[in-house]
Amino acid sequence: MPLYYDDDQAMLAETAQQFMAEEGAIAKQLRHWRDRDCKDGFGHGLWKQFAEMGFTGMLVDEDDGGLGMGHVEAGIVLENIGRNLTPSPFLSSSVLAVTALKHGSDDVRGRWLPGLIEGEKVYSVAIDEGAKHRPETIACKAEKSGNGFRLSGKKDFVVYGASSEMIVVAARTSGDDSDSDGITLFAVPQDADGMSHDSVRLVDSSMASHVAFDGVELDGDAVIGEVDGGREVLNAMLMAGRVGASAEGVGVAQGAMDMTVDYLKQRKQFGKLIGEFQALQHRAAHLYSEVEIARAVTIKAAQLLDGGSEKADLMASVAKAKVAKAAGLAVKEGVQMHGGIGMTDEYDIGLYMKRDRALQEFLGDQYYHAGRVAEMSGY
Amino acid sequence: MSDLESFRAETRVWLEANCPPEMRKPVRDEADVYWGGRNATFKNDAQKAWFEVCRDKGYTVPEWPKEYGGAGLSPAEGKVLRQEMARIGARPPLSSFGIWMLGPALLHFGTEGQKKRFLNEIAAGEIRWCQGYSEPGSGSDLVSMQTFGEDKGDHWVVNGQKIWTSYADEADWIFCLVRTDKQNKYQGITFMLFDMAGDGVSTKPIKLISGNSPFCETFFDDVEVPKSYGEDCPGYVGEINRGWDVAKYLLGHEREMISGAGGGDRTAAIGAALKRNAGEIDPVLRAELAQFDVDALAYSAMGEKFLDELKVGKAHPAQPNMMKYAGTELNKRRHELMMAAGGSRALEWESEETGGGKGARNWLRTKANSIEGGTSEVMLNVISKRILDLPGA
Ligand SMILES: Cc1cc2nc3c(=O)[nH]c(=O)nc-3n(C[C@H](O)[C@H](O)[C@H](O)COP(=O)(O)OP(=O)(O)OC[C@H]3O[C@@H](n4cnc5c(N)ncnc54)[C@H](O)[C@@H]3O)c2cc1C
Ligand SMILES: Cc1cc2nc3c(=O)[nH]c(=O)nc-3n(C[C@H](O)[C@H](O)[C@H](O)COP(=O)(O)OP(=O)(O)OC[C@H]3O[C@@H](n4cnc5c(N)ncnc54)[C@H](O)[C@@H]3O)c2cc1C
Repeated sequence: MPLYYDDDQAMLAETAQQFMAEEGAIAKQLRHWRDRDCKDGFGHGLWKQFAEMGFTGMLVDEDDGGLGMGHVEAGIVLENIGRNLTPSPFLSSSVLAVTALKHGSDDVRGRWLPGLIEGEKVYSVAIDEGAKHRPETIACKAEKSGNGFRLSGKKDFVVYGASSEMIVVAARTSGDDSDSDGITLFAVPQDADGMSHDSVRLVDSSMASHVAFDGVELDGDAVIGEVDGGREVLNAMLMAGRVGASAEGVGVAQGAMDMTVDYLKQRKQFGKLIGEFQALQHRAAHLYSEVEIARAVTIKAAQLLDGGSEKADLMASVAKAKVAKAAGLAVKEGVQMHGGIGMTDEYDIGLYMKRDRALQEFLGDQYYHAGRVAEMSGY
Repeated sequence: MSDLESFRAETRVWLEANCPPEMRKPVRDEADVYWGGRNATFKNDAQKAWFEVCRDKGYTVPEWPKEYGGAGLSPAEGKVLRQEMARIGARPPLSSFGIWMLGPALLHFGTEGQKKRFLNEIAAGEIRWCQGYSEPGSGSDLVSMQTFGEDKGDHWVVNGQKIWTSYADEADWIFCLVRTDKQNKYQGITFMLFDMAGDGVSTKPIKLISGNSPFCETFFDDVEVPKSYGEDCPGYVGEINRGWDVAKYLLGHEREMISGAGGGDRTAAIGAALKRNAGEIDPVLRAELAQFDVDALAYSAMGEKFLDELKVGKAHPAQPNMMKYAGTELNKRRHELMMAAGGSRALEWESEETGGGKGARNWLRTKANSIEGGTSEVMLNVISKRILDLPGA
């Protein structure tokens, strides 16, 4: 498959770009909700609009009422989310949770998918159990109890957890903390007794929870996929999420770079536009190269994932690491080249820096993923 | 099976039958590369056989039209052939500036007569070309070049000096920028083609830090360049005084080639191979290797995207500059890491074990990547101006 958008994808890109620039714009969404200290950190109205646009269920199979699209398409939506810093549960709900739910039984899918597709419900995923992403180790326990399970333990960095109707939780049903087998995924409803959220606002003004499970009783039908066989589903979910987060990161990088290049063309110092200084031109040109390369590998990873290729896992990590480097550079250069004004809250460039920081941590930072690349390459 | 799939299947069978095992090993030194030309010799029978079978099939220049010595493959078929050759590690049957640089310029600007003659000679490896652009005073600022051709009616008399002419001492013909109008900077240059065996052309090798000397100073002393080599076959490409357009077009191809956009060694990940050779790797080096592999694998995706977009006209015309910049900087880093992983063994300049300091010489050679064909700084200038549209100078 060629590494550019086909006609349908190009059309989707145009639609998503326009929609997000209008409805998802920084002033209308991020600043709006942040300045009101919104407890959700995003607008449910926009989520409804996402549903009307057909975004919420784009990865859901057609048989289940979705559009049956792929990760290239989801990436298009995410890139535009990134560009506009649109606060949205799209990545956690429509990419991560959906990927898990696809492995669920008819009952599981019938229970959770329609509400998501309609934009009524928001879901999140609970994977990490510490400040860093280490999905190889899962200590959160689900013990057999009657017909179902009893869940205990804690999860961190559950993005939009407190606003979610359901949380996909990766828990251990057998074995030791770092075994690859013995993992099971559960769809835990919001009203489950014994589940509590300690919600915190993050640097990018999104909301995330530390979630505690204190003997939460779950029915057998909360299980997604096979008992003890959840690692595979978890991996599929992580891959999809990493590719998605990369696409969003490309958008963040592009948005920050666009702002910066614009600024270089407007700001005068020493009687010249600062964009005339070669010292800045070269850094901007280098940044451009990095962002383009990051975009290429992200599309490549999404295509491999859609094609079911064995190389998707490696390329997802390459993408996540490369995007982190490129977007990190974009926001740092962005703030620096804006000079003093880049440090002010009034200017958007700093918001890109904050979002990038959060996105870097989500599902593994560049060091984690470069480490995975080394491991998968055999060194 | 789609046409492309059956082409792939045929190609596999053909390669299996025709590519000798010796030609499926990485290129280790200069003698492993076949450049063609009047004085060419083959290193061994396998190299000869591989070249001849490819030439006969049009596979020295697979995507050129059949009447000019190519195989007339579509871009998609060309990609399949490259992939299949890469899969078995097949060496290129013929390397040449004629294929990479002059050919594309002739396909674009040449007359029918020029194409028939020169492209077929290139495809068959009969004539080896070199590139006469740079002058001692004109490197990055190429358009300031001074080599002058005086108009004598049916020919020019050329005087001047070029520098850095790669393989000039082994080349048969030169494609050369010559000033034909002193008043007009950009529109006073003609893109001439002439035989290096003619009177007045001489070369002197330049030794590089790698110890090799494939480069020359090239001197022109009253060289007669005909305006025509026969019917419909001018001695220059494009129009007289408009050679700068041809030169720029050709530089795009050169940059694309140097960038390694087509994949291959320059963009491959290296961590695994180094681990095999070096055994123990220090943790900080391992981390650097991992970071390098991330960049290399991402760049190879970029290379693929770039070529895909190029074929359908979606690539920005200045994109080869970005590919050249990023690709050459990457290749330099790659060789730095290989030297670091190699330790003291990699320092051996002359030993059997290292093939005569192969790695060290390659490492030094890569330093030219960000200079030849336009320096990295010049690439960044072009990106700033033509892609980012930044103001000034
Ligand atoms: C937190 C903070 C506290 C401050 N406190 C004070 C204070 O107490 N008193 C006070 O007077 N000021 C203060 N300043 C202002 C500070 O000195 C200026 O922000 C600084 O001098 C940069 O100027 P600028 O913001 O106008 O950026 P600009 O000059 O507009 O620069 C924008 C970008 O262009 C680059 N640039 C500009 N000229 C060139 C050039 N010739 N070549 C290459 N690049 C160039 C800059 O490096 C920068 O990246 C403060 C600033 C900040 C952020
Ligand atoms: C291995 C090798 C093979 C070559 N093969 C050929 C060949 O076959 N045919 C041929 O014609 N030429 C060839 N060249 C020449 C090559 O194209 C030039 O070396 C190159 O264009 C740089 O020119 P220069 O060496 O004169 O450096 P200069 O132009 O003098 O540059 C010196 C330094 O100044 C920087 N610089 C110059 N201008 C600017 C600017 N505007 N802004 C910022 N920085 C600037 C450069 O980036 C560089 O770092 C080859 C060179 C090498 C090293």
